[in-house]
Amino acid sequence: MSKRVGMEVTTACAEAAALCRIDVASVYPITPQSHIAEHLSSIVADGRIDAEYLTVESEHSALSAAMGASATGARTFTATASQGLIFMQEVMPITSSLRLPVVMAIANRAVSGPINIWNDHSDIMHTRDCGWISIFAQNGQEVVDMTIQAFKIAEHRDVLLPININLDGFQLSHMVEPVEMPDQEEVDRFLPEYKPYATLHPDRPITMGALGMPDMFAEAMMAKNSAIVNSKKVILDVWKEWKKLFGRKYEPIESYKTEGAKVLLVTMGSMGETAEIAVDEMREKGVPVGLLKIKLWRPFPFDELKKAIKGASVLAVTDRAVSFGGPGGPLFSEIRSALYDDPARPAVVNYIIGLGGRDVSVKDFIDMGKRALKAESKRPKEAYELFGVRAS
Amino acid sequence: MTDKKWPETWQEVNLGCMVFDAGNARTYLTGNWRAQRPIWDNDKCIKCGICYVFCPEGCINKTSDGYYAADMNYCKGCGICAYECPPKAISMTTEEV
Repeated sequence: MSKRVGMEVTTACAEAAALCRIDVASVYPITPQSHIAEHLSSIVADGRIDAEYLTVESEHSALSAAMGASATGARTFTATASQGLIFMQEVMPITSSLRLPVVMAIANRAVSGPINIWNDHSDIMHTRDCGWISIFAQNGQEVVDMTIQAFKIAEHRDVLLPININLDGFQLSHMVEPVEMPDQEEVDRFLPEYKPYATLHPDRPITMGALGMPDMFAEAMMAKNSAIVNSKKVILDVWKEWKKLFGRKYEPIESYKTEGAKVLLVTMGSMGETAEIAVDEMREKGVPVGLLKIKLWRPFPFDELKKAIKGASVLAVTDRAVSFGGPGGPLFSEIRSALYDDPARPAVVNYIIGLGGRDVSVKDFIDMGKRALKAESKRPKEAYELFGVRAS
Repeated sequence: MTDKKWPETWQEVNLGCMVFDAGNARTYLTGNWRAQRPIWDNDKCIKCGICYVFCPEGCINKTSDGYYAADMNYCKGCGICAYECPPKAISMTTEEV
């Protein structure tokens, strides 16, 4: 039986990884992820699970060791944030190319500089094209559920890809929240033992990570891309099964009060809950605003997006990262590009918010909603703006 | 987990580009990368074996008469043997196309 507990979200994340009976944890601490590393190392040290906790000297080593462990057939978990993730980035595309189902929690934090330990999405956006499945959690419950789901998705024979679960640093990672923690029996029923496709073993030598010459590299990339595109089917199946077993529903894009909405706010991560309150308040006053919360970032849910925006005339996409000198925030450019061929495409405006831990209030979302409503008749001059930035 | 032939199409690429037949580098003849070929002058050779030691490809072997020769299936023509040879018994000549 699941048990309702009050827990810091990082602790809950480590507990969820432990419930998955991981064989190896290879984690280097970095704020705001450190509590995951700490708690997981306690769990292993206390003998609560039969796992190796590797104390490595850097994030690059953390993921390299995780990859090596996974290649021997171990169920492997890691976690990081910010500069740590960028330090891992050299290894990330190799993990996905070798098709190793490593699961990673990312307590999203701004990328320096100036040095900033607080939350935004610039870390994960740096690593966007590494070929990892990428999922965003909104609250502690989702972090627990998605961490457990992640192993099932990643290890599925039709997927075999690494996956990262994104939880906003501090604003989510350090909250103490009530969560329904599934018990061991329930998780065991949901998540079978990991059966690797192939393993490195001295008695059965194979090569992982061979040279790929120009005459086959494009085919290798096509195969990898096709794997991540096709992983969506498995993700949807796993979420359906989760709903059946635990009653909580997961979708690539969650719609909130979109019925009859002219403007749809679009969020990723924990700010979806703040935006919900703003939508409630606006709806009470008759302002036709709804909300889309993107949960699945890679593979991007193009079909679900087209369905979810039906009837809206403006999308107000919020981003928590800047693409310097680019077309706007990464989520915005993704969405706008996805809708280009749709003859009934809505206007898409972009507010870049919550950078480096800047608070985004309910009032901010109401302002964005109201301003986006005006974009229905008059498009803003600039494609994107850093919302609320002080200027002289 | 079966071995596939060289992938003609992307669907034929092994999962994760894994290679399941161990030691297959032997069948991959890298000698055709060569632009220069080492030629031994056995009149100058003192049979010291320095070329054998320094060859990064490990393709130089001792012959039955005690001199040295490179396996041209794998020699990439780097010229390290010629550079290191104390009596300068090895010269590099351009491969004829």
